[in-house]
Amino acid sequence: MFKNVKLVGVGGQGTILSTKILTQALLNAGYDVKMSEIHGMSQRGGSVSSDIRFGENISSPVVVKGSADYLVAFEQMEAVRYLDYVKKDGILIVNDLKIHSMLTQAGKTKYPEDIIDYLKEREHTYIYDATEKAKTLGNQKVLNIILLGVLVKAMKLEKLPIIEAIEDLVKPQFIEINKKAFKLGLSMFG
Amino acid sequence: MKKILTGNEAVARGAYEAGVVFASAYPGTPSTEILENIGLYKEIIAEWAPNEKVALESVIGASIAGGRSLASMKHVGVNVAADPLFTFAYTGVTAGSVLISADEPGMHSSQNEQDNRNYAKFAKIAMMEPSNSQEAKDMIIDAYDISEKYDTPLLYRMTTRVCHSKSIVELGEREEKELIPYEKNFSKYVAVPAIGRQLRHKVEKRLIALAEYSEQTKWNKIINNKSNIGIISSGIAFEYSKEAFGKEADYLKLGFTNPLPKNLISKFCDDHEKVYIIEENDPYIEEFVKNMGKKCFGKDIFPYTGEMTPDVIKRAVLHENMDILQPNMDLVVNRPPTFCSGCPHRGFFYELGKKRKKIIVAGDIGCYSLAVGEPYNLMDWLICMGAAFSSGHGAQSVIDRNPNDDRRLVSIMGDSTFFHTGINSLINTVYNNGKTINVILDNRITGMTGQQDNPGSGYKLQGEENTPLDIEAIVKAIGIKHVRKINPNDLKIVKETINWALELNEASVIITDWPCVLKKKYKNEDIEQYTNAWKTKDKVLEDKCVGCKACLRSGCPSLVFNPETKKMSIDETTCVGCDVCLQICPYDAIVKDEKYV
Ligand SMILES: Cc1ncc(C[n+]2csc(CCOP(=O)(O)OP(=O)(O)O)c2C)c(N)n1
Repeated sequence: MFKNVKLVGVGGQGTILSTKILTQALLNAGYDVKMSEIHGMSQRGGSVSSDIRFGENISSPVVVKGSADYLVAFEQMEAVRYLDYVKKDGILIVNDLKIHSMLTQAGKTKYPEDIIDYLKEREHTYIYDATEKAKTLGNQKVLNIILLGVLVKAMKLEKLPIIEAIEDLVKPQFIEINKKAFKLGLSMFG
Repeated sequence: MKKILTGNEAVARGAYEAGVVFASAYPGTPSTEILENIGLYKEIIAEWAPNEKVALESVIGASIAGGRSLASMKHVGVNVAADPLFTFAYTGVTAGSVLISADEPGMHSSQNEQDNRNYAKFAKIAMMEPSNSQEAKDMIIDAYDISEKYDTPLLYRMTTRVCHSKSIVELGEREEKELIPYEKNFSKYVAVPAIGRQLRHKVEKRLIALAEYSEQTKWNKIINNKSNIGIISSGIAFEYSKEAFGKEADYLKLGFTNPLPKNLISKFCDDHEKVYIIEENDPYIEEFVKNMGKKCFGKDIFPYTGEMTPDVIKRAVLHENMDILQPNMDLVVNRPPTFCSGCPHRGFFYELGKKRKKIIVAGDIGCYSLAVGEPYNLMDWLICMGAAFSSGHGAQSVIDRNPNDDRRLVSIMGDSTFFHTGINSLINTVYNNGKTINVILDNRITGMTGQQDNPGSGYKLQGEENTPLDIEAIVKAIGIKHVRKINPNDLKIVKETINWALELNEASVIITDWPCVLKKKYKNEDIEQYTNAWKTKDKVLEDKCVGCKACLRSGCPSLVFNPETKKMSIDETTCVGCDVCLQICPYDAIVKDEKYV
């Protein structure tokens, strides 16, 4: 048995940190885990994605199209871009946030309207404004850990040692706020 | 102890455990983190070299002098290092030496998809291919023993998914190796023709011995599931195959892949009704199998390009298509990577864009390659590192023969690329009385690959300070008469300087001097020179903004247009106050945010 998780977003949104924390927690909980990411352009506003596979005896580290049990999109348009990765009955978690691409910002094309309506038509889709929630905690950047909380709850793995992984992997001055963000995320799913 | 490591972290750990004492590399995705991680072990001297040829040559010297050594590079880097590699293949080693080549099936961050396994065969040296992080660590320890026992450099071939994916690794301890005392040995190391002719025979004998090793090593093994389907595979493609077929097939898993084990493969083929060769990039194993006269399926059913992921394998072999959602792609716009907020390349390309019709731009590889896209669209070609100056020179020579074409060549590269091979190209321009405009975008770091230090940054890989190379002095010493060093965030000066260079009828060099926003380490001199760098922010005065969007031509991701109010605003979290948009705004609607002054 194994589960496939894919996290997608825009460079700079913190997908990589969420992935690291989840991977570490799964390892400490005794799962076999493999993780793969394509991050060449992560600092330059490109689209980024990372894959986590866990269970027993995992071979391939990549999540292929049509196989993600969980797809977490940190940005609306990225949700559509990677929609073909989620299983038909897989869970899709979307952060209701628009980040312009250079093309939409320069007015070459429009940022597509109605993405959220389109996504809502799909069953097993959960949409949150994690950016707003993060602002209530006082730091917009922790939206990544809020979404991680939502995901962990959706996976019904609340017992995962995520807090310990946060303590291990996050800079000391940000540990407290990230713990809060994670707990907030847990309470949001459903 | 168990840890979850990327292949790059794991191979660095393996090198440490194997007692490596000297390592050198030039950065390049997906190999970069190998040396960065080796650099964390204080037992190892780890260095960035200006290019891959120099990296390998230092490593060769270290091996000859008796210390275990390692070079790492991306696949195209091996092209640069090929010259020393082919002679190193003849001389062999004193202490073990490994060259890690990180190939890129699928070309996630590269210009081509070359398969460097061909280099091992071409140079007639040993080769190994790990499939996951545990193997990446364990195999390299054996690689050093093989290198020493058979007197061969060893090509260690990794690929993006092995380098960048994480899996669980059981760590071991470092085994300190005594240095092998250096003794002069002309007939081994001085590759003049007379000695080369003798070494040539040694190489051939070595291949025979290595072929025997290949038959019996534990790294080439059969996994028997009592199936009549046999799969021969190596590297990450083995993991993909296992995922696709599970226990429905037998596997011949090849970890030692030059020379390939003839008997083992031959018997495996004979024992199976259907044999599939599953490998990424070239039909390297497949051609070997077919040359033996064995029947197998390979590139006739698998794609010749891209990654051989489980879905690709299933589609090819089982004609199994996954039931996949078809997203509405009208709702998706491309998201090309862009210059960061505050990137010092921005101001230069903004001004150069105004001369678009008068110039041809010979580009190069670095963050500035992104100027090929919106809103700059400023790059006529890009070939390989260091080629901007030389290809620009060739192009100018031909353009000048056409009396109806007076366009000027502007050749552009970064500081790291200049040190890599750009210096040679500039020498060529001076020597041949070239007339090109040559631009060095000096952001004091190797940006594209993740801010590695370089000869101009002031620091070595392991943090030690040194004297930064003086680009201006080098350029002048080469013989360029017209040199200007400017701040690229000062648009007026950028414009004047471009005009100045266009007026000249001789080769010129423009050096833009401002650090990368992501550069982390500064010396006191730097802080004095780049006063207030990244400490301020800009803001839009709403009542003055007319919504003309002129500022968007800077391509800065911190600028946001609000379609409702028809006004611009600046994202306070990402703006670093470079003032490029402030200078572009025709209505003086952008000012320094007094909160941050
Ligand atoms: C032969 C070769 N080696 C390495 C690379 C990987 N690479 C691509 S861009 C780059 C760095 C360029 O740095 P610099 O010229 O300083 O420009 P910046 O990215 O800082 O603007 C490197 C090392 C490559 N493409 N080719």
